[in-house]
Amino acid sequence: MWPRAGAAGERVRGFWRAFRRNRLALIGGVVVVVLVVLALLAHWIAPWDPNRPDVRKILDAPSKSHPLGTDQLGRDVLSRMLYGARVSLAVGFVSVGIATLIGIVLGSLAGYHGGTIDATVMRLVDLMLVFPRLFLLLAVLAFLRPSIWTIMAVIGLTGWMSVARLVRAEFLSLKEREFVIWSQSIGASAYRTIWRHILPNAIGPVLVAMTLGIPAAILTESGLSFLGLGVQPPHATWGNILNEGKDAIEIGWWLSAYPGLAILITVLSYNLLGEGIRDALDPRLRQSVGRIVSRSR
Amino acid sequence: MFGYALRRLILAIPLLIGITFVSFLVIHLAPGEPVENQSGESSTQSDAKLRERLREIYGLDKPLHVQYWNWVTRLARLDFGRSFSPDARPVLQKIGERLPITLLLNIVELMIIVMLAIPIGVLSATRQYSTFDKITTVFVFVGFATPDFWLALMLMILFGVQLGWLPISGLRSPTWEYLAFWKQQWDFVAHLALPILVATFGGLAGFSRYMRQSMLEVVRQDYIQSARAKGLPESVVIGKHALRNALLPIVTVLGLSLPGLIGGSVIVESIFAIPGMGQLMVQAVFERDYPVIMGNLVIVATLTLVANLIADLTYSLVDPRIRVAARRGRR
Repeated sequence: MWPRAGAAGERVRGFWRAFRRNRLALIGGVVVVVLVVLALLAHWIAPWDPNRPDVRKILDAPSKSHPLGTDQLGRDVLSRMLYGARVSLAVGFVSVGIATLIGIVLGSLAGYHGGTIDATVMRLVDLMLVFPRLFLLLAVLAFLRPSIWTIMAVIGLTGWMSVARLVRAEFLSLKEREFVIWSQSIGASAYRTIWRHILPNAIGPVLVAMTLGIPAAILTESGLSFLGLGVQPPHATWGNILNEGKDAIEIGWWLSAYPGLAILITVLSYNLLGEGIRDALDPRLRQSVGRIVSRSR
Repeated sequence: MFGYALRRLILAIPLLIGITFVSFLVIHLAPGEPVENQSGESSTQSDAKLRERLREIYGLDKPLHVQYWNWVTRLARLDFGRSFSPDARPVLQKIGERLPITLLLNIVELMIIVMLAIPIGVLSATRQYSTFDKITTVFVFVGFATPDFWLALMLMILFGVQLGWLPISGLRSPTWEYLAFWKQQWDFVAHLALPILVATFGGLAGFSRYMRQSMLEVVRQDYIQSARAKGLPESVVIGKHALRNALLPIVTVLGLSLPGLIGGSVIVESIFAIPGMGQLMVQAVFERDYPVIMGNLVIVATLTLVANLIADLTYSLVDPRIRVAARRGRR
């Protein structure tokens, strides 16, 4: 019944061997881990209270006590960025989790059953892709009160289409394979066939799509926060520090330079990691996943 | 060809209906109807008036299907209602005066992206693993990861504040009226330089990557080998036989990436204070100007649909296989 544990272990080892050779992907992975650790430890390593204003230190340039300078209220930018990392990473993980869940459910239903269900799901995907994402997000946010939870939800709800397409494509090819037909022939339910036999074999591309989806979600969140429509102050996020930096570009370059750099490094690392995982899983995936994922950007 | 075009057009109709449906859903998605939202904030007289207006426009006391039908029939007559802002102008008029600049920016950006991405992609594919290829690969990764709003701020600091070479907001200098004709044109171009640079950066990275990938696939094909074998010069093999085939998938990708490009207008227009649809949308969201928000959403999605349709038809024009397949009844 189960895919043999030995075979699975061998697959993981083979993956790791291939992945280890890709130096850029390794660097990306290390940076991602470091970022997660920094975000988790923000409370202990932040040199200052991120929300304590200090009127004597308004827009101070980077110095020894404030390595990345201070903002309009005299708050330490480095500390705010460490706390902001929590928001960015949390939004990335949760919204991609939501999107992946929806994508897997709809994609496997469409790919497994075909016919009308497939046609309906694919038309729904087409429909969602017709909306420029930022316009749709703004329209939804106009009706809701912006909070970190609504941001996660709306980014997830507008980002599932690439996963659905990907899972559907995997299912279309996997459902013709012998082990699936065997499972069906011994009377396994559709639910069991999908869950136990097809999905585990389709998990690689989904993992890649998730890794590449997180940076996209982080970019979207910081864009919304930058516009002032994302996570609201006083909660620090990279996007809303940049939003404040926008009003001070003539005196405080550090206020806009560093948070943006943090976003760039984070997104770059995730992308390198994602591409590395993809190549290590199966070099043939290189085009298909890359294409489908980037389409949704 | 005509049959194919007609088929695509018919397929677009359910999508168009879907657009109105999703937009309608957005109005009702909010926990607590927009009416509640409005009155929840403060209960002054103007709020009561606003509530009355919302009720009047969306008929929120009627059953859902009646509401939808009323809304759609008004849309069909291009009646998007009136803005909630004090000027209370028709939404269509407001959007109409902002549409041209957004379209102009997006078309110019698209042209620049295509004109640069094709040669970059071809060069890095034909010289795979060369220094040029490596540099463009780095550019692609950085381009994908750069937040457009941050790039905009950095360029504003560099070119606008530090160097003082380029204007950083609006479309025209305050002194525009007094400038000579050519100076006026130059002024306009200077105002658009940074926004266009920012908007093309990410797209250029993506497209040059696709072009490279597409070209790499094509040069491995047998017909390229045959073209070389019969002694054609490399410039003809690459520039004609390979390029034509490599361009095909690019047309599709181009169509599919339009929503992203148009969505980027929101950020770019807000930062550079360009009076386009993106800026209108952000303003409307801040002012909770629902008729403008809904009008914007429907129009932007419809425009994207039309652009996709054009890309589809272009694809069938350049690739005869599509037309033949359509005629045979396969899709």
